[in-house]
Amino acid sequence: MEILIFSILAVVAVVCSILVISQKSAVASALFLIATMVSLAILFLTLNAPFLAAIQIIVYAGAIMVLFLFVIMLLNLRRDEFGPEKRKAQRFFAILFVFLLLIGIATVIEVGVLGLKSAEDVSETVAPAGVEPLAQLLFTKYLFPFELASVLLLVAIVGAVVMAKRRL
Amino acid sequence: MVSSSAYLILSATIFSIGVLGVLVRRNILIMFMSIELMLNAVNLAFVALSRHLGSLDGQVIVFLVMTVAAAEAAVGLAIIICLFRNKKSVNVDDFNLMKW
Repeated sequence: MEILIFSILAVVAVVCSILVISQKSAVASALFLIATMVSLAILFLTLNAPFLAAIQIIVYAGAIMVLFLFVIMLLNLRRDEFGPEKRKAQRFFAILFVFLLLIGIATVIEVGVLGLKSAEDVSETVAPAGVEPLAQLLFTKYLFPFELASVLLLVAIVGAVVMAKRRL
Repeated sequence: MVSSSAYLILSATIFSIGVLGVLVRRNILIMFMSIELMLNAVNLAFVALSRHLGSLDGQVIVFLVMTVAAAEAAVGLAIIICLFRNKKSVNVDDFNLMKW
């Protein structure tokens, strides 16, 4: 059953991400990207990470993609501005190199994961689900990165306003 | 239980598709979306390894990666708006001011 759910979600995620990069119109790409993110969110659920599934949908599929669609609408592109994408040679080499990259990463995964001690070997405890253990870790061990993230968001807000405004 | 390496292979596949998008497409918006795709793939790898190792540190890192991705999207889209305002184009071949 779990394998069935995983297979369906994996196929949806891969097909939608291929469609993201092969669509002519940017709006269609954005919509397929949302589909990819939602299927990844459900995969997070199957990986016992419900909080991340929630913020994946709220932050990624919600906030970031709304921002994307807002910019696409704001630029108001015409069809011809996407242009013909020629460069057959570049496309051929890109596919070749990406294929090699995939083989490389897959080899590293197969070799590396075998070397790692899995949770079942170390002890019987599986990572506890829910928000509380995550918050516990976030506000103790990772307190400084957490505070830095808030500063980063502030800087990003200021930076976006400075750049998008015509004249300060 | 689905094995961790299945999740990791899926993550590698989505990451490769993202790389392909950046290499093949000339539309700056779609290149940017491909970068988001790569970030998502890495998040999936983090969560899968977090379950594999039975520790929550990976999930905290994913939380921070999402924060950085939100900041990156905001600033990146502002840059795209600036570029479009100056060049009236979203094709990266037109942005060659700093190329040579």
